[in-house]
Amino acid sequence: MNWIAASLADAARLAFSLDPRLYAIIGLSLAVSLASVTFASIAGGLIGAAVAVGRFPGRRVLIVLLNAAMGLPPVVVGLVVYLMLSRAGPLGAAGLLFTPQAMVIAQFVLITPLIAALTRQVIEDAWREYEEQLRSLGARAWQAALTLLWDTRFSLLTVVLAGLGRAMAEVGAVMIVGGNIDGVTRVMTTTIALETSKGDLPLAVGLGVILVLIVLLLNAAAYGVREWAVRRHG
Amino acid sequence: MAEPMLQLRDLVFEGRGHRAIDGVTLALDAGRTAILGANGAGKSVLLRLMHGLLMPSSGEVQWTGIDGRAPRLAMVFQKPVLLRRSALDNVIYGLQLSPAQRAEPAARLRERALAALARVDLAHLAQRPGRVLSGGEQQRVALARAWALEPDVLLLDEPTASLDPAAMRAVEAVILEIAAGGTSIVMTTHHRGLARRFADSVVFLDAGRVAEHTPVNEFFAQPRSGGGHAYLEGEIA
Amino acid sequence: MNLNRRVFIAGAALLAACTACGLSAQAQEKFITVASTTSTEQSGLFGYLLPIYEKKSGVKVRVVAVGTGQALDMGRRGDADVEFVHDRPAEEKFLAEGFATKRQDVMYNDFILVGPKSDPAKAQGKDILEGLKKVAAAKAPFVSSGDRSGTHAAELRYWKDAGVNLDAVRGPWYRDTGSGMGPALNTAASMDAYILADRGTWLSFKNRGNLQIVVEGDTKLFNQYGVMLVNPARHPHVKVDLGQAFIDWLVSPEGQQVIAGYKIGGQQLFFPNAKP
Repeated sequence: MNWIAASLADAARLAFSLDPRLYAIIGLSLAVSLASVTFASIAGGLIGAAVAVGRFPGRRVLIVLLNAAMGLPPVVVGLVVYLMLSRAGPLGAAGLLFTPQAMVIAQFVLITPLIAALTRQVIEDAWREYEEQLRSLGARAWQAALTLLWDTRFSLLTVVLAGLGRAMAEVGAVMIVGGNIDGVTRVMTTTIALETSKGDLPLAVGLGVILVLIVLLLNAAAYGVREWAVRRHG
Repeated sequence: MAEPMLQLRDLVFEGRGHRAIDGVTLALDAGRTAILGANGAGKSVLLRLMHGLLMPSSGEVQWTGIDGRAPRLAMVFQKPVLLRRSALDNVIYGLQLSPAQRAEPAARLRERALAALARVDLAHLAQRPGRVLSGGEQQRVALARAWALEPDVLLLDEPTASLDPAAMRAVEAVILEIAAGGTSIVMTTHHRGLARRFADSVVFLDAGRVAEHTPVNEFFAQPRSGGGHAYLEGEIA
Repeated sequence: MNLNRRVFIAGAALLAACTACGLSAQAQEKFITVASTTSTEQSGLFGYLLPIYEKKSGVKVRVVAVGTGQALDMGRRGDADVEFVHDRPAEEKFLAEGFATKRQDVMYNDFILVGPKSDPAKAQGKDILEGLKKVAAAKAPFVSSGDRSGTHAAELRYWKDAGVNLDAVRGPWYRDTGSGMGPALNTAASMDAYILADRGTWLSFKNRGNLQIVVEGDTKLFNQYGVMLVNPARHPHVKVDLGQAFIDWLVSPEGQQVIAGYKIGGQQLFFPNAKP
């Protein structure tokens, strides 16, 4: 069990090393994931609420597609975004391949269905409770959808966190579209993959421990907010 | 004699193979009407058909216009659904959705909402989150939300059914005050005392049909229908 | 609209805007994109060499490290300015297709056959072809990176030259991991298998377990690295000036000296051999 001790020691040493490159990597991971989750939350939230409240042709098909898209393999998403952004691809002229923006796009594609599908669940449950009341007040479907998005905000926080967790933990897509370029697109997960390749397992696990701690911290904070909010708002 | 406020003609509502409303023809005048009947008699469905929340399978619901416009309807449910925001914002939310009021400036809507809360004696709780209020308080916020809309007709679906006696009395007081202000009220209820104190007339429903429609004193003294008789004797609940 | 909601929505918008512009601020600097191989990256050479060049030139060099096959495909798609790879036949093909007009030698290192200390196949020696024949004959576990990298291409050539028909003798002893040099070494270390590796990756590889070098020093194990500018006639956006400047520096006496100066544990990893 030596390697566990070595890894934990490495994690501690890394976290307190004040190595600016390490903090740059952690910072980029957070920035990319937060950006993609913010955009995905807006898009996925609206899609999810629309599907939950709206009644339009193709709705059932859309629900099945969203649920299926939750399981999209990141590598496939990465490959498709790569082919789109590649110079030879349709969006090549923008020159976005191997940039953090490309990683945000890939994560956005990856997470939006997840957030949309989970939001639909939450809003649909709330809609069952609210429907008669809102309709009796004369709310149109889109007004009801926006009202429910705001009213279920504390439950949706969990949804957003699920998206953030997936974004931060994801390696396949960002590796392909980001290229794992040192100082530019190297994030925590791709660093872990690289260190594993180099056989530096303690360092890889150490980074993994830090990644898990960050995700844990974010979840704990969100849980606290939610608890506080439920006590306060009912 | 004036035209009745509401006319229902051959109203049928069928859902999941069950005829909840089975041919109702009824004329209601302005004033206070209580709809009584056993569980499953179709009271709540009938109220929703009146409001338009449910569409009839056949037949028609016709409201008589007031001053050349459709009458304004508001509805309060057995279990009030308050939004996750303050009591005051709950009332304002209703106003913002009302075609008659949403055009007014925000400050004016706020004033109205505060006044409505004051009328249900909840001005002191205006800033409290709606969902942490007690059941009776939540029901009064829901009544204030409906009242602020200045409806011509208020539809109440078992408004006191899930409340304790004290809360029930407070809600009843509010309902009587709304009625005293000239708003017509149609209320379904299980609560005979409330119906007796409150209503002008009683519609008694039996298995999706109107068994009788009589002035309240007559109904409680001597119901005309066998169903109404059995109901008052407590043989059916 | 209450205050809470305004604050919340403004906050979300601000967050999105901040991260977006923070991320794009990086894109303003001058840079070139170099497609290279995992073995070069994982050997640590770039981590040593690039800061020196960047300080001197003020141009950032962004290295995307993949297998040689994939690195060349990146050039074909126009996603790289410079190719820095080590598979001569594949590089010649790239030239012939017109994706580059000139190829220059930069440096070499060598491949080594790595195996368990107990050497069950008795493959120890100076001749790579003999060593591989013995591994195949003993059906001793062998791990291949199987990733179209330069090392993989070299391995397949050695099998062919050794007269071993892989398709005929392939069995559970031959593990095609399809994963790149580093992961393949991890696999070999965990199952005490033989593996063909490049010396640079081996020297910087830390999880060796029971493995050691079994065959080295054969001239056939020579591993040449070449550099090419992607042809701007095929991909007009290629940064010709910046890319060529990097290539010129690599093959210049100064660049060559820097390459020779990269050592791990006192051992030189790459040997510059650019033709002046």
